[in-house]
Amino acid sequence: MNTSALFLVLAAFLASTVEMVEALTIVLAVGVTRGWRSALIGVAAATVALAAVVLVFGPALTLVPIDSLRLVIGGLLLIFGLQWLRKAILRASGYKALHDEEAIYEREAAEARAAGRTERAGLDWYSFTLAFKGVFLEGLEVAFIVVTFGSAQGSIPLAAVGAAAALVLVAGVGAMIHAPLSRVPENSMKFAVGVMLTTFGIFWGGEGVGVDWPGQDGALLGVLAFVIVMSFAFVKLLQREHEDVPAAPEPDAATVGAD
Amino acid sequence: MKFIERFVLFWYDFVVGDDWRVAVGVIAGFGVTALLVRADIAAWWLLPLVVLAMLGLTLWSAVRAAERHS
Repeated sequence: MNTSALFLVLAAFLASTVEMVEALTIVLAVGVTRGWRSALIGVAAATVALAAVVLVFGPALTLVPIDSLRLVIGGLLLIFGLQWLRKAILRASGYKALHDEEAIYEREAAEARAAGRTERAGLDWYSFTLAFKGVFLEGLEVAFIVVTFGSAQGSIPLAAVGAAAALVLVAGVGAMIHAPLSRVPENSMKFAVGVMLTTFGIFWGGEGVGVDWPGQDGALLGVLAFVIVMSFAFVKLLQREHEDVPAAPEPDAATVGAD
Repeated sequence: MKFIERFVLFWYDFVVGDDWRVAVGVIAGFGVTALLVRADIAAWWLLPLVVLAMLGLTLWSAVRAAERHS
């Protein structure tokens, strides 16, 4: 397995792990407070919808010439990756609240207990829609990464393997311990994903517009080192800036976004 | 119409997110890099610098906003 392929699997695995941990928190909160049947049907429906997204867009992207594909995907990954990196740096430097699965679980569970019960198609509609929305919206970021990374690298199945491994791991551990996975170092993992998305965005976007990287594929490691050093320098700089500024509140757990 | 509007807004928020200037800066960076490549000038250094500048700009804005709200 070469460096690019290794990064591909690693990026898909890390991104999937953090997003699946967030989805698991929502599903657990709904399942524990309102029953599992409707919540699990919501999870299954969202998984099928996500698989359909990958199956439709994956093969379609392979028809685009590789240079154009890398330009478009490099641009998307760079814009998307900089969002992840921005939030990760703000969290690491204290300007944004750290993601706290325990607190999100408690909030979701309280809302689920308070919500009324509406039956549709034999399902508790609140449980179904919340589980579906949680898994689909969190999973959409994973699908985006799998499709873009995989097609630019010419191996969607390899990216899918990284994502599937994370899904099995998170679902397996979640089923065993029946509690939010608050000990997963989510904030650090999001930082790593932001670094990788930005690195590949620079590298593929550059190739897409015709840049000849010094050292060819080996330049990927140089770009990676640059992004890591730059990110930690910003964290240090902002930590020094950060004196008495209180952290902004965490957005709603079910809100989509590169967080 | 509402569905299309919401669909477009969803994808805008999903990809572009909080700071549209990052997207504009990245696209402009690609454009200038392509022009340098066409002129046979080595341009591999430009995109990392664009990223440094855009990340610095968006972080600076976020910090200023946090300080204003405090």
